[in-house]
Amino acid sequence: MNFFDFPAFLRLDTAAIDGAVRGFAVRAAGPLSAIKAFLAGLVRLTGLLLDFIPWPVLLLLAGALGWRSRRSWKRGALYAALLGLIGALGLWELMKVTLAVVLASVLIALVLGIPIGVLISGSERANRIIRPLLDTMQTMPVFVYLIPALLLFGTGSASGVIATVIYAVVPVIRLTSLGIRQVDREVVEAARAFGSTRWQTLRKVQIPQAMPTIMTGVNQTLMMAMAMVVTTSMIGVRGLGMEVLNAVNRIEIGRGLVAGGCVVILAIVLDRLTQSIPGGKKGRGNGGDSNGAER
Amino acid sequence: MARSDEILLRMEHVCKLYGPNRAEAAAMMRAGADKEAVYQATGCTVALWDVNLAIPKGKVFVIIGLSGSGKSTAVRCFNRLTAPTEGRVLYGAQDLREMDRRDLLAYRRDKVSMVFQSFGLMSHRDVLGNAAYGLEVRGVPRAEREKQAMKYLAMVGLEGWEHQSCDQLSGGMRQRVGIARALAGGSEVLLMDEPFSALDPLVRRDMQYELLKIQHKLKRTIVFITHDIDEAFKMGDTVCIMKDGRVVQVGTPEELTVRPADDYVRSFVGGADRTRVVSVSNIMITPSSIVRVHDGAEQAIREMRNNGLSSVVVIDDELRLVGMLSIDEALRARQTGQSIADALHAELVTVAPDTRIADVIPAATEAKLPIAVVDEENVLLGLVTKAAILAALL
Repeated sequence: MNFFDFPAFLRLDTAAIDGAVRGFAVRAAGPLSAIKAFLAGLVRLTGLLLDFIPWPVLLLLAGALGWRSRRSWKRGALYAALLGLIGALGLWELMKVTLAVVLASVLIALVLGIPIGVLISGSERANRIIRPLLDTMQTMPVFVYLIPALLLFGTGSASGVIATVIYAVVPVIRLTSLGIRQVDREVVEAARAFGSTRWQTLRKVQIPQAMPTIMTGVNQTLMMAMAMVVTTSMIGVRGLGMEVLNAVNRIEIGRGLVAGGCVVILAIVLDRLTQSIPGGKKGRGNGGDSNGAER
Repeated sequence: MARSDEILLRMEHVCKLYGPNRAEAAAMMRAGADKEAVYQATGCTVALWDVNLAIPKGKVFVIIGLSGSGKSTAVRCFNRLTAPTEGRVLYGAQDLREMDRRDLLAYRRDKVSMVFQSFGLMSHRDVLGNAAYGLEVRGVPRAEREKQAMKYLAMVGLEGWEHQSCDQLSGGMRQRVGIARALAGGSEVLLMDEPFSALDPLVRRDMQYELLKIQHKLKRTIVFITHDIDEAFKMGDTVCIMKDGRVVQVGTPEELTVRPADDYVRSFVGGADRTRVVSVSNIMITPSSIVRVHDGAEQAIREMRNNGLSSVVVIDDELRLVGMLSIDEALRARQTGQSIADALHAELVTVAPDTRIADVIPAATEAKLPIAVVDEENVLLGLVTKAAILAALL
């Protein structure tokens, strides 16, 4: 017996899997194209909204939000200047395209993720089922589901949104669940003792109390969506990511650095601004203290 | 205990077991095993075992025990935050077990409210928002519920604090919010799970006094949990001592002190200040020598000489206390031919039989003569001497 070559007795027919996915794509063409149309429409709508805002207003908005978060004009001016730098480099339009895909993805991730987080915070069984799924979603190499997304939804923003949501939804689920589990037991008991229904307990007590943690989840989800910008350009999502991809393909180092830098700037500005969204008293307290300035 | 009191809440043979093998554990308990042995054998925790309680309406019922005695579990059975494994809990004639979800919500909203050890306040709401919470889940319109909540915030002394964040309040003030929240709903029953245990001693004393004042005004039915015997005796009309999930003894503070059911109660009660609990009727002595008011001075002197006393109690024909006559006064009366009614001390300190010993100590230190215990008709029941008070203090 040979103990050095592992007997590969379980040879899966990967071609059959390919065939199954293709077959599914054909059979479910109707619903799939509806989903695709919806997602693409959402991205287009977000893009239209962004186009509707003149660039000075967007800069002012970033500045105002920055000022509100830190009570510092310097902060606000810094964020406005950073965004302005992207425009000055001539990548303003591409940034808006990217922002539209990212915002639409985050919106869908939150709409799905927060209720799932609430569900698994309250049910041990749901938690046991969903936890391994979340682990898989976080560790599965992105390209593995990029290909089926391409196959089912074709190239373009819809596939990009789906891939981004799969990758980015996990933190908001985990942190929503964690936040709700961490709410003081006695506070929840008090809500029940006064005759709150489950929904009232959730809406009036658990979610508000968990808000700082949920907001951290929202911030993390946004950051992970930004991290997918370049990856999704490979399945035809336009924007800053596509610019980076083209630069890499053509070995244009300078162009790559400029576009990559803009992705980083956008990520930093979005991160700081979402951290400042007041998530209950605790969140505001943390954001306002001195060591919160440099995270 | 007064049996005429209307009983509002009842617990009948309530048991609560947590963990695996509950049937097996229950069988062991029935066979007389103790909680620890049952846990070792089955891994099942017995939180309550065969608890029977009757909570009289409008009174303060205190449940006291060490941690792990089941007192917090017991109080949670009254609003079904904990559902008993066996036995039933009754509100009036209503069995809590038979309530469906909607009945239970209505019961919690209208009939019982609760105060928690670490306050259970919602930090995302201000003081007013917390105090009005119970009314809010009931669907009371904002203006009305805030008016109602303000009324009770004023009652607990938090007027002007209603828009503060709860995080900014001291412990005592936070618990005031907790109490206002519980009172605001107007529910008959107030469940208080160690409400003052997290407060420092001075604040605790203030809060106890405030609660007694409020209770005097509102006459709610209060189930009060504590582990502090002085607090139990101060707050409770009736006190129930629990140990290892069972009730050891239920009675008034005085009954528990004077007639403890076993050594456990005795050692528990031993920590309390007896003089605040025991009434003078327990330490008074029956006067050994008495004279009638129309007896002569000669008779009074003879009575004192025969009993070796320097003073004698004087009563009238209906046994009512008239005063006390000392030997000097009797001798002077004999010389001058006065009647003893004119010669005696009429200004005697008199107290009712249920007066606490602590309350007569100041009078006793001032008075030269013993303190007389009389009923409402001024009929003499006994005398409290300084020696008897000293003995009670030890």
